[in-house]
Amino acid sequence: MSYTVPGFRHPNLPKNDLGFTTKDYEGRVSTLCAGCGHDSISASIIEACFEMSIPPHRVAKLSGIGCSSKTPTYFLGNSHGFNSVHGRMPAVATGANMANRNLLYIGVSGDGDTASIGMGQFVHAVRRNVNMIYICENNGVYGLTKGQDSATSDMGSISKKGEPNPLEPIDLCSIALQLGATFVANSFSGDKAQLVPIIQAAIAHKGFAFINVISPCVTFNNTPNSTKSYDYIRQHMASANAVDYVPHEEEITTDYAPGTAEIVTMHDGSAIHLQKLDEKHDIHSRRSALTLMKDYKAEGKVLTGLLFVEEDYQEIHETMNTTATPLRNLTEKELCPGSAQLEKINEILR
Amino acid sequence: MKPTDVNNPEYYHKVVDCQFACPSHTPVPEYIRLIAAGRYTDAYMINWESNVFPGILGRTCDRPCEPACRRGRVEDKPVAICRLKRVCADNKSEIKDRLPEIPKQKNGHRVALIGAGPSSLTVARDLMPLGYEVDLYETNLKAGGFMRTQIPSFRLPGEVIDEETGYILDMGVGTFFNTRVDSLKALLEQGYDAVFIGSGAPTGRNLKLPSYANDEGNNIRVGVEWLADVSFGHYTECPKDVIVLGGGNTAMDCCRTALRLGASNVRILIRTPIQAMLASEWEIEDAQAEHIPILENHNPVDYVVQDGKLVGMKFEIIEYSIDADGKEVFTPTGKNEVPDCELVLLAIGQSNAFPWIERDMGIEFKDSGLAEVDEVTHQSTNPKVFFGGDAAFGPQNIITAVAQGHQAALSIDMMFNEKDLHDRPAPGTILVSQKMSIHDWSYSSVISEDQRYLVPHADLATSIKNRTMEVELGFDLETALEEAKRCLNCDVQTVFTTDKCIECDACVDICPVDCLTFSTNDEEAALRRKLTMPANNLLQDIFVSTDLPTGRVMVKDEDVCLHCGLCAERCPTAAWDMKKFEYRTTKAG
Repeated sequence: MSYTVPGFRHPNLPKNDLGFTTKDYEGRVSTLCAGCGHDSISASIIEACFEMSIPPHRVAKLSGIGCSSKTPTYFLGNSHGFNSVHGRMPAVATGANMANRNLLYIGVSGDGDTASIGMGQFVHAVRRNVNMIYICENNGVYGLTKGQDSATSDMGSISKKGEPNPLEPIDLCSIALQLGATFVANSFSGDKAQLVPIIQAAIAHKGFAFINVISPCVTFNNTPNSTKSYDYIRQHMASANAVDYVPHEEEITTDYAPGTAEIVTMHDGSAIHLQKLDEKHDIHSRRSALTLMKDYKAEGKVLTGLLFVEEDYQEIHETMNTTATPLRNLTEKELCPGSAQLEKINEILR
Repeated sequence: MKPTDVNNPEYYHKVVDCQFACPSHTPVPEYIRLIAAGRYTDAYMINWESNVFPGILGRTCDRPCEPACRRGRVEDKPVAICRLKRVCADNKSEIKDRLPEIPKQKNGHRVALIGAGPSSLTVARDLMPLGYEVDLYETNLKAGGFMRTQIPSFRLPGEVIDEETGYILDMGVGTFFNTRVDSLKALLEQGYDAVFIGSGAPTGRNLKLPSYANDEGNNIRVGVEWLADVSFGHYTECPKDVIVLGGGNTAMDCCRTALRLGASNVRILIRTPIQAMLASEWEIEDAQAEHIPILENHNPVDYVVQDGKLVGMKFEIIEYSIDADGKEVFTPTGKNEVPDCELVLLAIGQSNAFPWIERDMGIEFKDSGLAEVDEVTHQSTNPKVFFGGDAAFGPQNIITAVAQGHQAALSIDMMFNEKDLHDRPAPGTILVSQKMSIHDWSYSSVISEDQRYLVPHADLATSIKNRTMEVELGFDLETALEEAKRCLNCDVQTVFTTDKCIECDACVDICPVDCLTFSTNDEEAALRRKLTMPANNLLQDIFVSTDLPTGRVMVKDEDVCLHCGLCAERCPTAAWDMKKFEYRTTKAG
């Protein structure tokens, strides 16, 4: 019985700036079905955090309910975690973020948790621009309840159940773009070369970073006529760009052909190198992203890559002008400034 | 790279590092699993089939398997394979009913074996069940060869040799002990159809420095001869101050034996630094554990003999280096030392001499004094005469002698069946899935993180007083079980089927040691570099699949794979499976 992974790792495993190896970013062994795309997303998060030398104890993982929402157990075992009520991860993440803006918040959700029961929660986290990473592990089925079509399942897609899905899908990237998300990406669990740098860019992004990751359900939705199977995505996937995350310490040396490359500087001084694969795409334009997604869909293709990054915006703390100090660090002195201060405040309101 | 041909038996064989390194290719993981299961007799018989002397080898083997053991690359120390072998010998039940039947009706071929050491006995073991009439000639009174004469009893008790040589002699081998063969020609004239020469490398090298003659060989002794004398009880005591010259395993045996015969000041003097010694690491450790000093960089100059009595030995201190061509260079420093001694034991090498083989018999000899012997068939230039063990290619070790005995027996049998001796039969291989259920394998896939267990030793003060008291006590069964669990089951192979793979990455994500990568194909050097963890150990192969639907290939670096089976457990389509690989070398018959 193997419900544990052996303790040995490759003897030459590299160390990051903190002296950690990827082992220090692992969680417990996955109990998801063999071959689940979610496990590759967990591995990508581990890789991204390792490469960026994120101190594990400065990360909070949040999730709702579903196969996707089990995954925080399987990565960053030394980080904080909160498994919330079904669909309510955004509210808990917002609350946690308001209480302490100094942690890195990684929210993991699925298509059921986001596009069905949690839709009302999701949209408000987007429009508030909560500083967090929101990863939707999107497989088009409710895996944990035996594979019913979910709200993101494409019309006509046939899962293991055998009946074509009769309803229009919800496109989470489009919704995020329309509601003002400041970072939107679409990716595929089977393409770590694309997914890992996107997660790194999302970590560097200050604001709501939405990553929709198509993550095939091997048990219920990896069928020949499913539009969320490994084969279908591999055959129909198109990339808007190739993303390369560059930490600020590194000198930028890569030469791109003019007109095809773009460097987007992040708030923390790091940068994303984008190599455009579709010249019509403008990374800074919501309209361009929305149009391009529609165009590709009309051609029967799935557009992936980093779709949109906003550079001039306010995240929720800036909008609400809240204190920079985590609430747990505020003392009675700051919280109860005394009757003279109260009098001043009351004066303003009179 | 071209896709790996896993149908070549040597590919998976090489993955089983211990078995591959063993000259006899003993299926090590298989018998370790049997030990863990408490099936000591079964474990013993697997060994007996392959290496003939499990009890002897479990104490004295040169264990090429252990430096090869994958565990040594994954963590610090290899599995204590050799000492686990002893566990099955110590704890087995009666095996006589499991030994092969010897046909009463003989096949009419008579074979003579010269020397009753491991290689000759192996030939007898392999040929007797086939109906050959086998006669064994031995100078000493008992069988065992150098296992008996040169390995001291405190490392290898005589009863163990009696038992394991007995299994073979009891097959009905015609024995001529206390019989020195003085003429090969005369022997062949007795009507033998083939002769196997397994007479070892009986001559130790002497060191005749200027004053050697003054001692007349009384207290300057060749180590192997002195050990044999001790073994047969010709010497029961020795002087206080003893110098042992040489840095090989014989030197270690000489010094520890001298200690037990009453010497109080035994020293090993070597020309090289300790790091360059030829002795096995563990034999050096055992000598050092008995507080025997090893004095390095001492080049012998002369013996000091006064009034016909050896009183000391003169050494020059040298500086040791290795030149650009990799040759050892000994640079004199001009400093001399003259330590006292009453006995010098020379353990500076062994050589072969065959004065009893007539030179007009068609057996060609090389300048080294060894016969011209085919490395595969062990046949000499006289087709009736075969060589094996130290007599064939110079001093090696017991397990090599056994392996050569098997090959020579096969050649002899092939010769009588009129087959081409170079057309060796392929090894037998079996590959069977070990899957029991979704999380269950028929082997224990859980990886123990325990470090190597130490074998308990007898109390030093007591054991150095008794030449025949065994120093190593062997594992108790509880410790043996824990040590057995350290084995990584490398014979349970990760077998990949390209057609079933959906490239979901599950195996890549779960692999604890990052030995799997989906990659675009390339030539080997480039492919090794671009794996998740670069495959820098060039001694270990990389597996490359045929092309997958995305045009990539699955590449596996065999180097540190734990054989934990997680890739196969997490594979949704059983593209990975864990299959037990059996590799059986072909033996006579």
